[in-house]
Amino acid sequence: MTDHKADEAAIRVEGLHKSFGEFEVLKGIDFTVRPGEVVCVIGPSGSGKSTLLRCVNLLEEPTAGTVALSGTELTDPDVDIDRVRRRIGIVFQSFNLFPHLTVLDNLTIAQRRVLGRAKGEAERIGRANLRRVGVSEKESAYPAQLSGGQQQRVAIARALSMEPELMLFDEPTSALDPELVGDVLAVMRRLADEGMTMMVVTHEMSFAREVADRVVFMDGGVIVEEGAPSQVIGAPRHQRTRTFLSRVLDPAAAEVTEDGGPSD
Amino acid sequence: MSMSRRQRRRTVRGVQYGVLALVVAAAAFGANWGEIRRAFFDLDVTQAQFPEIITTALVNTVVYTLLGFGFGLALGLVLALMRLSSVPPYRWLATGYIEFFRGVPALLVFIALGFGVPIAFQVVINQYATVMLALGLVGAAYMAETIRAGIQAVPRGQMEAARSLGMSQGRAMRSIVIPQAFRIVLPPLTNELILLTKDSSLVYLLGLSLGQYELAKFGREALNENRSLTPILVAGLCYLIITLPLGHLVRRLEARTAKAR
Repeated sequence: MTDHKADEAAIRVEGLHKSFGEFEVLKGIDFTVRPGEVVCVIGPSGSGKSTLLRCVNLLEEPTAGTVALSGTELTDPDVDIDRVRRRIGIVFQSFNLFPHLTVLDNLTIAQRRVLGRAKGEAERIGRANLRRVGVSEKESAYPAQLSGGQQQRVAIARALSMEPELMLFDEPTSALDPELVGDVLAVMRRLADEGMTMMVVTHEMSFAREVADRVVFMDGGVIVEEGAPSQVIGAPRHQRTRTFLSRVLDPAAAEVTEDGGPSD
Repeated sequence: MSMSRRQRRRTVRGVQYGVLALVVAAAAFGANWGEIRRAFFDLDVTQAQFPEIITTALVNTVVYTLLGFGFGLALGLVLALMRLSSVPPYRWLATGYIEFFRGVPALLVFIALGFGVPIAFQVVINQYATVMLALGLVGAAYMAETIRAGIQAVPRGQMEAARSLGMSQGRAMRSIVIPQAFRIVLPPLTNELILLTKDSSLVYLLGLSLGQYELAKFGREALNENRSLTPILVAGLCYLIITLPLGHLVRRLEARTAKAR
């Protein structure tokens, strides 16, 4: 495992544990994301990858361990978490746009209420970000009037309007119809090209292979292996990684495993 | 006995219409229509009600209702937030309040506020303030539960998205969750407004001067003067003037929410 001890780490996670009741989802995670790096987290469902991502902006409170953002320790109880969260954009699987607000208002409400920007300035920044994701003609529509792909791009624009130093993506294309996935991935790819620091939980292996600087494979609440995409996806070292990848890349090849014992 | 589906349908429909025809016939022949017309549809008595029944009574009913509803809505929101509070004593207080005021008749609340409180605290409370408090205290108990359900019906992701954008818990509640919750509970809240319109008739318990009469009291006073039941019918129709549009509004709102989902 490569060690990035430099203090300018965009995200530094150390000894992270997270339990829901008796059930331990994260069993000691250490990892770092450097500024400008794009890290894709892959792994089977239930492996804890979404929980890890949600711990990074403290939507889930870690049971133990520390999360630090460019040197600011989020897990310190005396840290103003609302202030730190402004610096982290997050995009959810289910978009979570505000359905009672128009697209433009979705983009301006936090700018105005949290950053205290004037209406005109907030709208200018909002419109610029809508153009960036290619849905500027929908600014006065309500979220329910948009396709899933458009909603997710608006959600990305909403996060970008806060001008975050880092973007988190929690399976951003998993709720989309297959033909709409490409538009969202294209926006994310451009964001990566522009140098945004990104942590992406995804099942899109082609995206991980082509865009990520580093791929992290998680299973059972631990990081099994991490490295360049050509290594983790192209030549995985661990059996668990190989099994997972063969299931994802060629789902039709999976065989029925019958349960033992009587079926009634 | 075996019947085809067509035969069975005919028989069932025949029986239903038969019952209806019997009830209508019994009402038509059994009732004393002359008496009914004299008692309920006396045009002279009806005319004598106007314009005061509108300018005083209907207006007062609306004013009492809106005062109670406004206060009840504000208190109901506070109670709903207390019910969802992470501080247990707040939850207990709100639950106790809701259970109590939902359980006791509004009549008793009116009497307690109208007579009990002034005696106990040696204060004179303005009549309108008493109505507002009494209707509001009872209405708040119902509205609190409605609003709480509305807040909980807003998906958790909304709060998460708002917090992720750097909003505080309170800011996210005010700007994101509560506006959506109110959209969800508009139909049941309108129903509560209709219920309060009718409960406002209890204000008679406080003893009213002429200018403070609302529809029910107005109707009953006229009843004493005229020895005709017509005023009751007129007052009843006036209630419908208020509640029918509200009922229509509820159905429109429900149709709109159904479409938005």
